Amino acid sequence: MRNKFTTLLSTAVPLPIENIDTDQIIPARFLKATTREGFGENLFRDWRYDSNGEPKADFVMNSPIYNGEILVAGKNFGCGSSREHAAWAIDGAGFRAVVSSFFADIFRNNALNNGLLPVTVSQEMLEAIFKAAESNPSTQLKIDLEAQTIEIEGTSYIESFEIAPYKKQCLMNGYDDVDYLVSIHQEIKDFEQKR
Amino acid sequence: MNTLFDKIWDAHTVKTLDGGSCVLYIDRQYIHEVTSPQAFAGLRQRGIGVFRPQQVTASPDHNIPTQNQHLPIAEPQSAEQVATLERNCAENGITIFPIGSERNGIIHVIGPQTGLTQPGMTIVCGDSHTSTHGALGCVAFGIGTSEVEMALASQCILQSKPKSMRINVEGELGNGVCSKDIILYIISKLGTGGGTGHFVEFAGSAIRSLSMEARMTICNMSIEMGARGGMIAPDEVTFEYLKGREFAPKGEEWEKAVAYWKTLCSDEDAVFDKEVTFDAADIEPMITYGTNPGMGVAVSGAIPSGEELDATSRVSFDKSLNYMGFKAGDKMVGKRVDYVFVGSCTNGRIEDLRAFAHFVKGHKKAEGVTAWIVPGSKEVERMAIEEGLRDILQEAGFELRQPGCSACLAMNEDKIPAGKYCVATSNRNFEGRQGPDARTLLAGPLVAAAAAITGVVTDPRELM
Repeated sequence: MRNKFTTLLSTAVPLPIENIDTDQIIPARFLKATTREGFGENLFRDWRYDSNGEPKADFVMNSPIYNGEILVAGKNFGCGSSREHAAWAIDGAGFRAVVSSFFADIFRNNALNNGLLPVTVSQEMLEAIFKAAESNPSTQLKIDLEAQTIEIEGTSYIESFEIAPYKKQCLMNGYDDVDYLVSIHQEIKDFEQKR
Repeated sequence: MNTLFDKIWDAHTVKTLDGGSCVLYIDRQYIHEVTSPQAFAGLRQRGIGVFRPQQVTASPDHNIPTQNQHLPIAEPQSAEQVATLERNCAENGITIFPIGSERNGIIHVIGPQTGLTQPGMTIVCGDSHTSTHGALGCVAFGIGTSEVEMALASQCILQSKPKSMRINVEGELGNGVCSKDIILYIISKLGTGGGTGHFVEFAGSAIRSLSMEARMTICNMSIEMGARGGMIAPDEVTFEYLKGREFAPKGEEWEKAVAYWKTLCSDEDAVFDKEVTFDAADIEPMITYGTNPGMGVAVSGAIPSGEELDATSRVSFDKSLNYMGFKAGDKMVGKRVDYVFVGSCTNGRIEDLRAFAHFVKGHKKAEGVTAWIVPGSKEVERMAIEEGLRDILQEAGFELRQPGCSACLAMNEDKIPAGKYCVATSNRNFEGRQGPDARTLLAGPLVAAAAAITGVVTDPRELM
């Protein structure tokens, strides 16, 4: 059973870069673990730390003024490799939702399978969030999964977002696909028989 | 009025849930050491086993060394991952092709090579380049580790059906233009998100004219434009390629299979959600200049000015060029090359090694260039030796290494040093992909060969 996702009210960590690929999210050299834990500390490793392991002051996650449970990134977030370690790293660093105007398919699935909510907004909304966060880092975003809406608190910016109904139910109830698929083994065996 | 994709997908749909998520039956699952351990751990935690172990095949490939494979893996974490894969396979009755064994290799090279990959199948693997197998006319795509666990637990995954897209390449390819140039050209036109949400069928006379291995290069990189996967309708080229391979059907079964495979094509009146057509004559030898595979130009061309980009995109464009140490408007020809990497599931097959070896024959590797020629599988290595390619390479100053994913993602020792430029026949030029601060220029085997003997980016047609 995973954590249930209902609503989330949080400040945002803005990363206005496009095409952030999974090698940036978690470089391949950190994929050698055999468990799901511990990837958070290497999230955005080469943007976050220099070659001596010292934090880079200009990277947003090292900034004292930005923190929160919502990561906001430029379009085509999560392109590249299918590594689920990318979702584990974001989750492990304490984020519960990622907002972008466009997600790569595999990353979106991986996020959903880990209770991390990918929220696709319009380019206009994305720009508005970046602007709001830049001018006031304590700006809060409110995500309501039941209503499928995201808003910038204290403004008129509100948008609805899409999510597959099945996945929405999984997130809201903490369900897991493996449990479901195992529960329909007989149907799968019947399917194999009649092929 | 069905597409090829519809036909295969629909035939594998066990059921569709409210809202459109499909329970999709998987014919063949491939696994490797990096994205499977947590899936097996999940099964153990749930107290369940592998549902159809005979439909799963494993090969360690991502972090194995490409030299001295007879010795134990030196790096402890890599050794542990490979040992974990071996243990998981043994415990669950899964066939594995261990390091150094004659069937070992990059999973996307050995699937087709052994005949495990066949037309009409659904195939998944915890690796985005699973799209490679689509070249044989199957629905093959990369999945995350949770989905690896789903497939192990039930031989099914839950998946929304992607939209359909057809990319036609019509006409004749120019001299010195190979399939890698076609796909780099397409991605440069459509962008890294141009196929997102879609499953792509590649068609047209230029695609039909390609060999089986050349088709694999195209489908392999369909993920680099964001597509869920890529595929090509099976034809005589496909059947000829598969016939006699170890796990391909034999005798009467073969005849039956071919009869079915011949029905696997998009109906004439099939409608695609998206369709684009390119003229093969417009395609030149290609190379990338930036940090995503969509940032490609003709080798004879120059880096775009970036002036047409909006403010947000311009920031990413400038960041990318800054990383590469290039300027907008720079010509590509003549740029310094420190490393050349030939290999990977994109261009590590025997035809790629032949193309490279025949090009460098009679030349010498440029001084100052370090070249890694890495076969995609043990079988490719064997053929390269038997055909005399290794001798040709050695004569020209190149060494043939042992198979593995190698410098494509630099999980083993094959890392490009910070700041160095590498012309690579692999699939991704992301920041740090080949090692921290390494700079990757993606290209086909001929452009790689021209760079290897000149030490600078060179149009291979100038040397042909």
